[in-house]
Amino acid sequence: MSSAATPASDAPVFFDLNEHPHPEGHSTSLGFWIYLMSDCLIFAVLFATFAVLSGSFAAGPGPRELFELPLVALNTSMLLLSSITYGFAMLTMEKDRVAATQAWLAITALFGIAFLSIELYEFHHLIAEGATPQRSAFLSAFFVLVGTHGLHVTFGTIWLFTLMVQVKQRGLVPGNKRRLMCLSMFWHFLDVVWIGVFTFVYLMGVLR
Amino acid sequence: MSAHDTSAAHAPADAHDAHGAEPHGSLRGYMIGFILSVILTAIPFWLVMTGALGSTTATAFAIMGLAVVQIVVHMVYFLHMNFRTEGGWSMLALVFTLILVVIMLAGSMWVMYHLNTNMMPGAHDMRQML
Repeated sequence: MSSAATPASDAPVFFDLNEHPHPEGHSTSLGFWIYLMSDCLIFAVLFATFAVLSGSFAAGPGPRELFELPLVALNTSMLLLSSITYGFAMLTMEKDRVAATQAWLAITALFGIAFLSIELYEFHHLIAEGATPQRSAFLSAFFVLVGTHGLHVTFGTIWLFTLMVQVKQRGLVPGNKRRLMCLSMFWHFLDVVWIGVFTFVYLMGVLR
Repeated sequence: MSAHDTSAAHAPADAHDAHGAEPHGSLRGYMIGFILSVILTAIPFWLVMTGALGSTTATAFAIMGLAVVQIVVHMVYFLHMNFRTEGGWSMLALVFTLILVVIMLAGSMWVMYHLNTNMMPGAHDMRQML
């Protein structure tokens, strides 16, 4: 405390002149978590839109004719496998094994790309059948919700490759470990959103 | 005054320890989470694809319940959520977000369902008109 703020008298001090130290990145994980929560709200809005519009087919095709559950199950397993391989990457990162971390990250990226390829194949198949986003309110809501999730996975994969380059150049320095931890939260969060997608969009759609 | 000083000195160190050692999980934790999620994914797909439960309503409630359980499993074993990380602030942010999500989802569906049933000239209204 500087001499000005020393409570020589009994006057209360309502402010802290000596700020306690903030080590670099010590608040990153909380800040990134709050970003993820705001992202969660975006998805909640899209889920609500889909829930409201999921019955408005405009005499167009419905989920029962359009969705192929084996394909969705394959897609889900790709995302689930990428989640566990990212977990292995985090475990090897903790032990400072650079090569193993890079290998697990590469496998995670492959699963991510497989997920995106299957999703793009599905979208292409739907559009070729005439089930375009313009066809009905149901299809608009479907493409926006599933497409937003796919866009997140796309940017997560780009981020993953960026971090692989950074780890290659700098090694597993504290900054890179922090970035890998953020991407880990992002990646697992997308898997959580996908649980909602396959349950409420695909399975409930086929069920109704 | 002294109590405030010690808490200020300890807070960053505690926060750092909390995310330095614990939240990355263990191999065992990741494997438990993975096996549980495989099971919790396989059951709803199996229920819907085979229609094993018979009734549509029962299947719908079953897959929604399984989805909620799987989300909790992912939160605990993959995202390492608990009441201690970041001094409880991440859990607080999560709870706040979940409240908003529930209000948004339930509110939209409730309002729009009533709008749909009341605004559409359904069979009920047509009969009244005749």
